[in-house]
Amino acid sequence: MATLSLLTTRRVCKNFGGLDALTDVDFELPRGQVRALIGPNGAGKSTFVGTICGRIPPTSGEIVFDGQDITHLATHRRICLGIAYTFQITSVFSRLTAYENVALGVRRIHGSRWQKVHSLVMEALDRVRIADLAEQIAGDLSYGHQRLLEIAMGLGQSPELFILDEPTQGLAEGEIEGFKDLIRSLSGQTTILLIEHNMNVVMETAEFITVLNAGRILAEGTVDEMRHNQDVQAAYLGRD
Amino acid sequence: MRQNSNVVALHAGILASLLILFFITSAYHNGNLARIMVLAVFAMGYNFLFGYTGLLSLGHALFFSAGMYGLGISMHHLELSVLPAFAVALLFTAMVSAAIGFLALRTTGVAFMIVTLMFAQAGYLTILLFGKYTRGDEGFVIQQAERTLFGLDLTDPSIRYFAAFALFAASYLFIAWAVRTSFGRCLVAIRENEARARMLGYDTARHKFLALLASGVLSGVSGAGYALLFGYAGATFASVQYSILPLLWVLLGGSGTTLGPLIGTAFAFYLVDISSEFTSAYLLVVGAAIVFLTLFFPQGLAGEIRRRIAPWLP
Repeated sequence: MATLSLLTTRRVCKNFGGLDALTDVDFELPRGQVRALIGPNGAGKSTFVGTICGRIPPTSGEIVFDGQDITHLATHRRICLGIAYTFQITSVFSRLTAYENVALGVRRIHGSRWQKVHSLVMEALDRVRIADLAEQIAGDLSYGHQRLLEIAMGLGQSPELFILDEPTQGLAEGEIEGFKDLIRSLSGQTTILLIEHNMNVVMETAEFITVLNAGRILAEGTVDEMRHNQDVQAAYLGRD
Repeated sequence: MRQNSNVVALHAGILASLLILFFITSAYHNGNLARIMVLAVFAMGYNFLFGYTGLLSLGHALFFSAGMYGLGISMHHLELSVLPAFAVALLFTAMVSAAIGFLALRTTGVAFMIVTLMFAQAGYLTILLFGKYTRGDEGFVIQQAERTLFGLDLTDPSIRYFAAFALFAASYLFIAWAVRTSFGRCLVAIRENEARARMLGYDTARHKFLALLASGVLSGVSGAGYALLFGYAGATFASVQYSILPLLWVLLGGSGTTLGPLIGTAFAFYLVDISSEFTSAYLLVVGAAIVFLTLFFPQGLAGEIRRRIAPWLP
């Protein structure tokens, strides 16, 4: 039976030496949705996506991607199943060109079909509007451009699930507008899980929001529901 | 595309120059060049792991001597002819490399250096232990009469030069090809940032293993070639000195460049050759030159050319 959910987690817990970073996280992400994952600093957002893409092994619980249990699968195998992840802290290959950074991800899928690789790389760079910087050494790019390159590296892999960890952090106003357009253009084809602090971006791009607080899911709902949710406001602004 | 043609022209030019050098240099330099070409294969093998994959091994003497003794013992004791002995040497080196890769790649960084160093020392001591067959430090000579291939006498200086050239050319073209494949590019990604390469979906453990295997086998090709062309196998070639030398050659020539190992090997060889004509303290000259180069050309000679003049240099 084909499942509608691309990603499901069941009772995922993560304990860092006595500290409960995640507690019983039950999460369901339907195929094709743009989902925002929000919450105050230290809520466990990055830890949670870390357990999904394999950087952080969960203490207990189960993670199912595309009908397959991936809880104990090695990181690279999860990526091969179609999960792409962009790092919160920019992690490009700083001594390689922007082109090569994207090409590495594309080649993993398309091997040595050079023409195909070339067109996909240029397309990915073009979508984040840095195609003209293709031959630049990644480390020489501005911080904002490195962020965009990071996103292009994900796009180049044409992922099923695209996890973006605070992608707009450090981007200029104009670049944030471009990013919103990009997410809108991807919606429908690619399932997106977006960790974001910029509420403006969340409200304009996400279809559905999950709020994480102190390692637990506090609330879930549409953008409008969350905007008026008392608990969410309390978590962000502090109660009393 | 222009850069591609540059690269092809460079590779063809290097190989052609080595052929031309045979005709324009004296017999003495011919002998030196043959030795340099064989040892450059060792350096290229080392560079594949160190320069491209970013793994610093201090135990490559083990792979070199595995090739050397693989061939030497097969010919000397088992009386195999050249080709089967060479095959045995490669198979043996591949087995040794696979075993070392399986064990040592569980470590990284300094631990990897120490583990490879220890394995190489264990290999060296094993050679001494079986002195009855290996003749230990004294080594043994592979008889001139046995060193023939397709009726050609490999001890003849001209034939030896072209045999060394064939080994070099095959290894050089293999490396030039390998580093341009998606596999080779992934090795560079692992060198630059292994965690990120894994997050792009690459099985970095498998890539590192295969890189070590290729690196070990190339070192073994060099060791077997050396034993065959120069007719000698001895435990000195398994000592720690022969683990440090390829690192030195690669650093001098330019790590992570196709051409660097050849330049570095030739440079170091002639540095010793020329300076020892003038002084018995030639190691002092070598040391000073190394300090000078590391200070002013930290990326090695080919690395510096790439940085300043030709960024397309492979």
